[in-house]
Amino acid sequence: MSLDPATVRRIAALARIRVDEPQVAQLQTELNAILGWIEQLNEVDVDGVAPLTGAAQMALRLREDVVTDGGMAEAVLANAPDRAGPFYAVPKVVE
Amino acid sequence: MAYVIEGATGAWEVVIGLEVHAQVISRAKLFSGAATEFGAEPNSQVSFVDAGFPGMLPVLNRECVAQAVRTGLGLDAQINLVSRFDRKNYFYADLPAGYQISQYAHPVVGAGRIEIELADGTSKAIGVTRLHLEQDAGKSLHDQHPAKSMIDLNRAGVALMEIVSEPDLRSPEEAGAYLRKLRSILRYLGTCDGNMEEGSLRADVNVSVRRHGEPFRTRCEVKNVNSVRFVMHAIEAEATRQVAVWEAGGTVDQETRLYDPARGETRSMRSKEDAHDYRYFPDPDLLPLVLDEAWVAGLKSGLPELPDAKRARFMGEYGLPFYDAAVLVVEQATADFYEAVARGRDGKQAANWVMGDLFAALNRTGRGIADSPVSAAALGALLDLMADATINGRIAKEVFEAMVETGEAAEAIVTRKGLRQVTDTGAIDAAVAAVLAAHGDKLAEYRAGKDKLFGFFVGQVMKAMAGKGNPALVNEALKRAL
Repeated sequence: MSLDPATVRRIAALARIRVDEPQVAQLQTELNAILGWIEQLNEVDVDGVAPLTGAAQMALRLREDVVTDGGMAEAVLANAPDRAGPFYAVPKVVE
Repeated sequence: MAYVIEGATGAWEVVIGLEVHAQVISRAKLFSGAATEFGAEPNSQVSFVDAGFPGMLPVLNRECVAQAVRTGLGLDAQINLVSRFDRKNYFYADLPAGYQISQYAHPVVGAGRIEIELADGTSKAIGVTRLHLEQDAGKSLHDQHPAKSMIDLNRAGVALMEIVSEPDLRSPEEAGAYLRKLRSILRYLGTCDGNMEEGSLRADVNVSVRRHGEPFRTRCEVKNVNSVRFVMHAIEAEATRQVAVWEAGGTVDQETRLYDPARGETRSMRSKEDAHDYRYFPDPDLLPLVLDEAWVAGLKSGLPELPDAKRARFMGEYGLPFYDAAVLVVEQATADFYEAVARGRDGKQAANWVMGDLFAALNRTGRGIADSPVSAAALGALLDLMADATINGRIAKEVFEAMVETGEAAEAIVTRKGLRQVTDTGAIDAAVAAVLAAHGDKLAEYRAGKDKLFGFFVGQVMKAMAGKGNPALVNEALKRAL
């Protein structure tokens, strides 16, 4: 599998990363190298092996339904690029 | 009669599937310990997990899983003992992490069904494809500032159940019945409050049209339609639009559209064009969710009686017709109220009073069944006064209105107003004699064969007795005298 320049631009757009035209060729080479490395995994025969979602052989830990967090609007908003009173403020997004 | 859209070139069938997002009733959020309560100060119920801070670990709330399983059981659905959480990647200002934790390939609940009732008395089983757990997004306010949107993350991370139906619905009516039935089941289960105004129940509608017997054509998704009425309108508007496109020789593009209730039409959401590439992958922060069979069985044994079972029981136990039973079981509070009135009494009569006089009084006073001006016990006592012939049916209506007005007990009103039914045959005979004497002309007509006048005489006698005569005794006395 190898990526063409259009796919590289699309991936960048989906990830909201600005890529200048001269960078596309370089990224294409780098991404293809990564894909080539991952391709090696296809050499392993995994027929009949259940997909693995984690390396840890343990059960998912669950939490009780108790309120233990929140009530810290100032701390949550502290890193906001922009705010208005108790709200985050962002460039207008409206349909 | 099957619902169709009549186009210029003939009839078109409408195919509808619904995706419902139901907010789970829980104290804390799906993956964080922040509160879920509606209407709190902006951003006051937000943890660092909800705000997408780096390095924060989501920890699954057991009760949210239980609620999803209860709902699955209530929909007669398969419970998947192993399910998994995935990241659904997209960028939006109210989604701080840049992805929503959802369940894609392995939902917690598989195929189920919902039985809907239609106006013509028939019912139909609608397939449920799946139910999965996911995080809600934050809330954007667009009208506070000319150039900016305000974001409140209190809702971000609250647990949602996405409930997807099969494309089994064929009319706006069926879609409306499906939503109402689903809401009723969720409310019985206590897994979602079903409040569409506050957004705890939201629907996306998939609509396509086709000629009868054809395979499915391309569908469009109409987003976020927030009342049963709007869902029904949106389907009709979107189906009509698609028929016009096909008939003009065009093709319907698969796209996301928005319903505009003010204009009664749908329009394309251009911003969503790219959004279908969500690049799902298993969330590396979360292990697979493995449920214990015994735990699921325990949840199952704790389920309440659901609307369909209750309706069947009301029909059998209280002799109610299908329609009455279906109306009474929609809300659990109404069903409980009815049952308290009906127990040990005439079930059909109890249904008539609850659905007739009581519902009318609630409408008029703007109150719900929970704060009804007349309690179930008080209405039952009124029915008892009729059953033991203390008052007749007409007086009972008058007493009921006074009960709504004053909150007094039926017995007290009857005594205070002297409304006790007259069963003294002497008094009834006297009233009959007086009426016949006063209407000699009518009496002659009656005796000449005008039978219909019997009703007139009954009315006159009742009037003379201020409505308090025992109707059966009045009839008897009149027949004798005439």
